[in-house]
Amino acid sequence: MRSYLDKVLAIVGKDVASELRTREVLSSMFVFAVLVIVVFNFAFELNVENNEAVAPGVLWVAIIFAGMLGLNRSFISEKDRGCMEGLLLCPVDRSAIYVGKMLGNLLFMLTMEAIVLPIFAAFFNLSVFDPKLLLVVLLGTIGFAAVGTLFAAVAVHTRTREVMLPILLLPVAVPVLVAAVKATGEAIARTPPSTPGPWLGVLVGFDVIFLTVAYLTFEYVFQE
Amino acid sequence: MNEQGWLPRGPLGWVVPPMMIGALYMAFLFAPTEATMGDVQRIFYFHVPSAWAAFLAFAVVFVASIQWLRTKQPRWDAMAVSAAEVGIVFCSIALVTGSIWAKPIWGTWWDWDPRLTTTLILWLIYVSYLMLRTSVENPARRASLSAVVGIVGFIDVPVVFMSIRWWRTIHPVLLSASGFDMAPSMVATLMVCLVAFTLLFVHLLRLRISLELQREEVHRLRDQILYEE
Amino acid sequence: MSPEPTVAEVGIPAALFASGVTKRFGHRLVLKGINLSVAPGERIAIFGPNGAGKSTLLRILSTVSSPTTGRVEVDGIDPEQDPREARRRIGVISHYPYLYGDLTARENLRFYGRMYDVPHLDDRITRMATRVGIAARLDDRVDTFSHGMQQRLAMARAVLHDPEVLMLDEPEGGLDQDGLNLLVNLLTEPESGRRRAAIVVTHHLDLGLALSDRVAILVGGRLAFQSTSGELDAASVREHYSRHTSPAYASARGGPGK
Repeated sequence: MRSYLDKVLAIVGKDVASELRTREVLSSMFVFAVLVIVVFNFAFELNVENNEAVAPGVLWVAIIFAGMLGLNRSFISEKDRGCMEGLLLCPVDRSAIYVGKMLGNLLFMLTMEAIVLPIFAAFFNLSVFDPKLLLVVLLGTIGFAAVGTLFAAVAVHTRTREVMLPILLLPVAVPVLVAAVKATGEAIARTPPSTPGPWLGVLVGFDVIFLTVAYLTFEYVFQE
Repeated sequence: MNEQGWLPRGPLGWVVPPMMIGALYMAFLFAPTEATMGDVQRIFYFHVPSAWAAFLAFAVVFVASIQWLRTKQPRWDAMAVSAAEVGIVFCSIALVTGSIWAKPIWGTWWDWDPRLTTTLILWLIYVSYLMLRTSVENPARRASLSAVVGIVGFIDVPVVFMSIRWWRTIHPVLLSASGFDMAPSMVATLMVCLVAFTLLFVHLLRLRISLELQREEVHRLRDQILYEE
Repeated sequence: MSPEPTVAEVGIPAALFASGVTKRFGHRLVLKGINLSVAPGERIAIFGPNGAGKSTLLRILSTVSSPTTGRVEVDGIDPEQDPREARRRIGVISHYPYLYGDLTARENLRFYGRMYDVPHLDDRITRMATRVGIAARLDDRVDTFSHGMQQRLAMARAVLHDPEVLMLDEPEGGLDQDGLNLLVNLLTEPESGRRRAAIVVTHHLDLGLALSDRVAILVGGRLAFQSTSGELDAASVREHYSRHTSPAYASARGGPGK
């Protein structure tokens, strides 16, 4: 057990160290997220009146599309450098590779969000230091990273690679999108609803279910 | 292998056509016209069974995927891809009929209500499943990767449904007080159509599986000649 | 040819044992029944033309891939039952260096050391780095290394966890004489003096002969020839090789795998 955890942390550490050297993934995710927010401004003519209605959606579209950049890279870089095989040769449970990669992806997405949220708050004139909002962002990101890491591993074994990830991930991640947007809306509302919706429950449920399913099925992605 | 060409295959081949004709008769002639919606309501007798068949197909994909991962026997993979293909057909029918029904009743071709939206997401998951398959050449890897996606996708469907249901509802709720009330003859018609579509699904599935297995056999023979001694 | 028994006369399991291994990709049968036994400390070179299935065989022996039918055992351990223990005993040197370019040599070795549960890791790293001659560059990024240095680092990585079996997949790429000497050197564990078993897959006859006690020839997915231990006559091996891979021979057998 101790050894398992150590290997998971070794994988996370390696990915973080690599990213700290190059900063490619974080910077591209961050820039992309901001671009999405800006583009939405022109696409939907955002103004102070429709702010609250559109803001949650804009935020989550930005997070999801930027997130997919990071998810793709987590396995494609391994495969391209031939390191995937080196990792598979190691005496480590495939599920540990999943946990390690998932935590790394989660860390990158949360870091990106930590920078994007204040910018988002500024654009939409909202407060970002709301514990409920932060909780929603955390839970939603966990769910997205849970399935995203699994599907990124699937996608890297296909001919179309980067393109395959959104095709597989977006339909399955709909519950996350729906719940996260709704919950974000409730969190930032000037007049919060009297009875909050079941959104946090949906997110927690999604996270638990798909972390488990991904953990159990990950090893089969590498069978040949 | 069966060389009968045009003739029906197996017992289902004899049962399904008359059942479908019977279902058509009941849907268009036997069932009474609904009071508020009129004749367009009859499409319901095809819409609901198609959606049911689509979900049934996905359940088959789920079971076949698990069995492939457990046993690695090619017939399970053949069943999975066949169920996905047949399922996508029924899913498309459900979406189109739902749309045709929606227009005169709700005034719009589409509305993001839970059942229709879940069916759309289901359709998208099927499509992504099939796209994944075309993108992997190695058959064993293709089977394993699609099995993983098939399992995740199926588990996702109820989660999608619940989340969208909490999100909006204007789809007529069949079995409760609101929506249209169903006369006994309508219930009978619906039951007949459900059975007919289920049998149709099973029949098409079996045909597709045998087609897939035949294709495997042809490839095997061809490769035996080309590559082996 | 019948496989040698798993348990040799002295009761020690073979370092590597393969029995009836076949591998099918779809309908292509790439490996058609491989029987192979490598005793502890024994070195075998597997020669074969392109397309014979050498890489596929090595992937199966190193447990990255699993056979369609048949069994593999590493030091008596079945990778299907206990993959971790089996992998722990294997080191691989391939044309991929398995190195992370943006990390330093030390970071690469620390990563793999942790993944392989290497005890006293930092000491081990220092000693292995000195052994392969990259100690001075341990804290430099690997993408600043020359190809030769990367190979040396890859060798250190491969034996860091003191594997029982070392597998080499076409190591001839970019190996100079010094590199070759180092490789031979590393086939013996510096600390304990234990002789590692080795499987060298190559189509470079001289290199293979330099590294091995026994040879085998893989043609069309089958081991067409296996020598027994003893004196290896380069000329006779060469003759066997030409004979088994000649076009005339190939067409007489109906054509080997492409």
